[in-house]
Amino acid sequence: MTTQMFGAPIKRKEDPRLLTGGGRYLDDLGHHALAAAFVRSPHAHARITDIDVNDAVDVEGVVAIYTYEDLPGKVAEPLPLLIPHPTLTHGRTGYALAKDEVNHVGEPVVMVVATDRYAAEDACQRIRVDYEMLPVVVGIENARDGEHLVHEDAPGNIAAHMVQENGDVEAALAKAKHTLTLDLSIERSACMPMEGKGVYARWNDEDGELRIYSSTQTTTGVRAAVAAKLELPLAKVECIAPDVGGGFGVKIMHPWPEEVLVPWAARLLKREVKWAEDRREHFISSAHERGQLQQVTVGFDEEGRVLGLDVRFWHDNGAYTPYGIIVPIITSTQLLGPYKPGAYRCEFWSLYTNTVLVTPYRGAGRPQGVFAMERTMDAIADYLGIDRAEVRSRNFILPEEMPYDHGLLFQDGRPLKYDSGDFPASLDKLKKLVGWDDFEAYRAEAEAEGRKVGLGIGCYVEGTGVGPYEGGHITIETSGRVNVATGLTTQGQGHQTSFAQIVAQELGVRLEDVHVTTGDTRKMPYAVGTFASRAAVMSGNAIALATRNVRAKALRIAADALEVSEDDLEIVDGVVQVKGAPTTSMPLGTVAVLSNPLRYAFDDAAKAATQFAGTFDPDKPPVADDEEPGLEGRDFYSPTQATFANGMHAAIVETDPVTAEIRILRYCVIHDCGTMINPMIVEGQVHGGVAQGVGGALYERMAYDESGQLLNASFMDFLMPYASEVPHIEADHLETPSPLNPLGIKGAGEAGCIPVSAVIASAIEDAEGFPITSMPISPVELWELRQRHEAGEIPALRHHHSAAAMSHHEEPTP
Amino acid sequence: MTDMTTEQLHDVTVHVNGVPRTASVPARRLLSDFLRHDLELTGTHVGCEHGVCGACTVLVDGKPMRSCLMFAVTAQDHRITTVEGLCEAPDARPCATGERMNPAQQAFAECHGLQCGFCTPGFLTTVTAYLEENPTPSQEEAREAISGNLCRCTGYQNIVKSVLRAAEIRTERLEENGGEVPA
Repeated sequence: MTTQMFGAPIKRKEDPRLLTGGGRYLDDLGHHALAAAFVRSPHAHARITDIDVNDAVDVEGVVAIYTYEDLPGKVAEPLPLLIPHPTLTHGRTGYALAKDEVNHVGEPVVMVVATDRYAAEDACQRIRVDYEMLPVVVGIENARDGEHLVHEDAPGNIAAHMVQENGDVEAALAKAKHTLTLDLSIERSACMPMEGKGVYARWNDEDGELRIYSSTQTTTGVRAAVAAKLELPLAKVECIAPDVGGGFGVKIMHPWPEEVLVPWAARLLKREVKWAEDRREHFISSAHERGQLQQVTVGFDEEGRVLGLDVRFWHDNGAYTPYGIIVPIITSTQLLGPYKPGAYRCEFWSLYTNTVLVTPYRGAGRPQGVFAMERTMDAIADYLGIDRAEVRSRNFILPEEMPYDHGLLFQDGRPLKYDSGDFPASLDKLKKLVGWDDFEAYRAEAEAEGRKVGLGIGCYVEGTGVGPYEGGHITIETSGRVNVATGLTTQGQGHQTSFAQIVAQELGVRLEDVHVTTGDTRKMPYAVGTFASRAAVMSGNAIALATRNVRAKALRIAADALEVSEDDLEIVDGVVQVKGAPTTSMPLGTVAVLSNPLRYAFDDAAKAATQFAGTFDPDKPPVADDEEPGLEGRDFYSPTQATFANGMHAAIVETDPVTAEIRILRYCVIHDCGTMINPMIVEGQVHGGVAQGVGGALYERMAYDESGQLLNASFMDFLMPYASEVPHIEADHLETPSPLNPLGIKGAGEAGCIPVSAVIASAIEDAEGFPITSMPISPVELWELRQRHEAGEIPALRHHHSAAAMSHHEEPTP
Repeated sequence: MTDMTTEQLHDVTVHVNGVPRTASVPARRLLSDFLRHDLELTGTHVGCEHGVCGACTVLVDGKPMRSCLMFAVTAQDHRITTVEGLCEAPDARPCATGERMNPAQQAFAECHGLQCGFCTPGFLTTVTAYLEENPTPSQEEAREAISGNLCRCTGYQNIVKSVLRAAEIRTERLEENGGEVPA
């Protein structure tokens, strides 16, 4: 038998290349291309009154300078609103170059093209843009009060207002024995891939063809969007993602202004043009996410069972809505986690502010939703004095209740219906891993040493692998080389390895003979993109189906040639052979030769395939009816709905009694993404997600002042965690296969970061004894909360262990 | 308004990965741009352009330096090692697919110490230099050693492992060579 590939922690095929300087990221290409640089708005909200480029035109090396006035046809029209929605009644998008008005600091106003980036930036510095200031809207409260407007024709700054409801919430809350209301907030962070965005365009004037390289999460999307903007036939445009230095969501947005402008200029100038985003540009002109204010009202019974859940939240969508309202829709649906909410209503307002636009960042609205739900679970537990894990388990959807339909619509417009999951088993594993039941003894020890520690927990369900589809295309060459193409892109997930594992396993070939290409529209023009933890689910299954097709074809051809029945054949290490009689065999390369009858003998393999090479039946055509030449297989996977992965995290934190410094002592993860293709890669995804979650919980925020300036737009000031800030992560897995797809996969990309803010808030609250309602939290903020708590402004938890300890001395207040 | 005279160029000779490389560059040309765009050694990456992320770290006379914070002209006559040059180190060995890898490179491959690979060259140069100083780091020391480099993909878990594994491989290869293992 061929070695078991699927499910094995195979070392990555891409690594030797990436480790030896062989990676080719966007700015590693096009050494002789012209460079683009941009004059960007220094103001958050202003009218452009004049642009003076006179001082810039003579800068040595300048080739062209463009403002909005120079843009023709569709390039001058607003950028597309990619995902419309009936409730997005006031969707607005920007222009490739600002027209008349700017709505956030960083919005592109002028593009300079020069012989190199130094010259282009020199020219940018000499361009004077005059602005007339307009009132600036920063922060959700200011957006919500609607005194000033980001877009004059979007009253109340409301882009979208949406309500989803299942059951009679008012009645459920009225009937519930207990109700609680929580006011919560969560701040902005951003994807911050180590490589920023970038685009490099090559216009072939002889053929009238455009090749675009983009550091993107969707080459088919960029290709179609640019073709539409430049009014080129799709057949004349190709888009390739080279190695991409991280995405985490920001690169699924498209087309970015630069993705339209750089190809446009390349065609106009008949020269190669490239733009590689610098770090400051990434901070102020890409995208952020997470900012929400939330209000949760929950009704529950004496056992802590939720009877009704009424959620309202206000989502900061930044200056424009090109990616629609996917993020708040996900918050409103994924908030429910592994629980049965009783009657549920969720109402949200997606609001404009004069800040960088908001598009999905790993987790995409889920971290906020999980924060709301898990804070609520902790509040119920404290209110009733029940163990926090116990309250959660009393509300779990049970395995026997799967599939479980929440009666809501998910982000793909399809029913929010969980396919599978074993939440009690996950919780059980987590409690054992973190030592849940022994924690009070640990706390007592720590307290005896004068240390303050807390234990936190967070559970989530993640809808993954949303459609509409992905494809796989397998070709087997006469050398036995297996080429695999799928259209979605790769930003470090190890697709060249995990997809090759699927093919090696399904086909029966050696891993080293399998070569995977992603994100190249020349190889696979039908694809959606890499987001929503969907690559393994969508392309993994498509590739498996395509492999089964090519395998069946190989067996058909070999059976005919070997004069045996297909059923008697197997493929082992790239050789088709008769089961139990492996001497009757034929390498796949030879099958490939037979699959493609030739007229010309250009090499030995071809010679074997010419019509005069062997015996053939003159009554049959060289290529059989219903067959195509070539040993190829192609298929697409298009599911009826998303799969639902889940996980549970727990953390032990220590808070310094004096300085309020917060340290994560332990971080434990139970993760269920269904069947794993490569557990090493899955674990790596979990690690990276948790690290981003820790960043979002304790360090990262976008610090805007009231004039809309981003005060920390550099790695000096935006505190992205180094190794010194990320704790050791203890991870364990549960594999509950999805019944929805052939491989049982659920997707793992985003999971790690989803519950982290909720978990850390839970742990800090447990250490401190008063509610934590706002994340991220810094030592300064915790210290201030302590002051307010001591001043009586923030009430203590009702059943905190410190209250229990105090009860030896005095009666607790009711 | 400043005048528009042509920028003065300087001939620079830098020993890059053991080879003297010469180019005419303006005084403000960053070493990172010189390596990447003038010499087309694109293994060195630029992540922030202000010396914080460490992706552009190269070895200058064996010491890790941020090439985005140096001008090419200041590297005159110095020895620069980039990630491409690590493959030429005496303790580099060919892997199954033919690339030569030094102990740090080999360890990152074994321990899944990279995902997108963009920050990786900066880690590799940093770790290579660090192991010269401290050939047998503890886990805490390994973590400390990489705490000046940003990675957004891995959460650093497997990079710490890679540092420890690199130390082992380095020692193994020294022993193969009959070389003395530094105390």
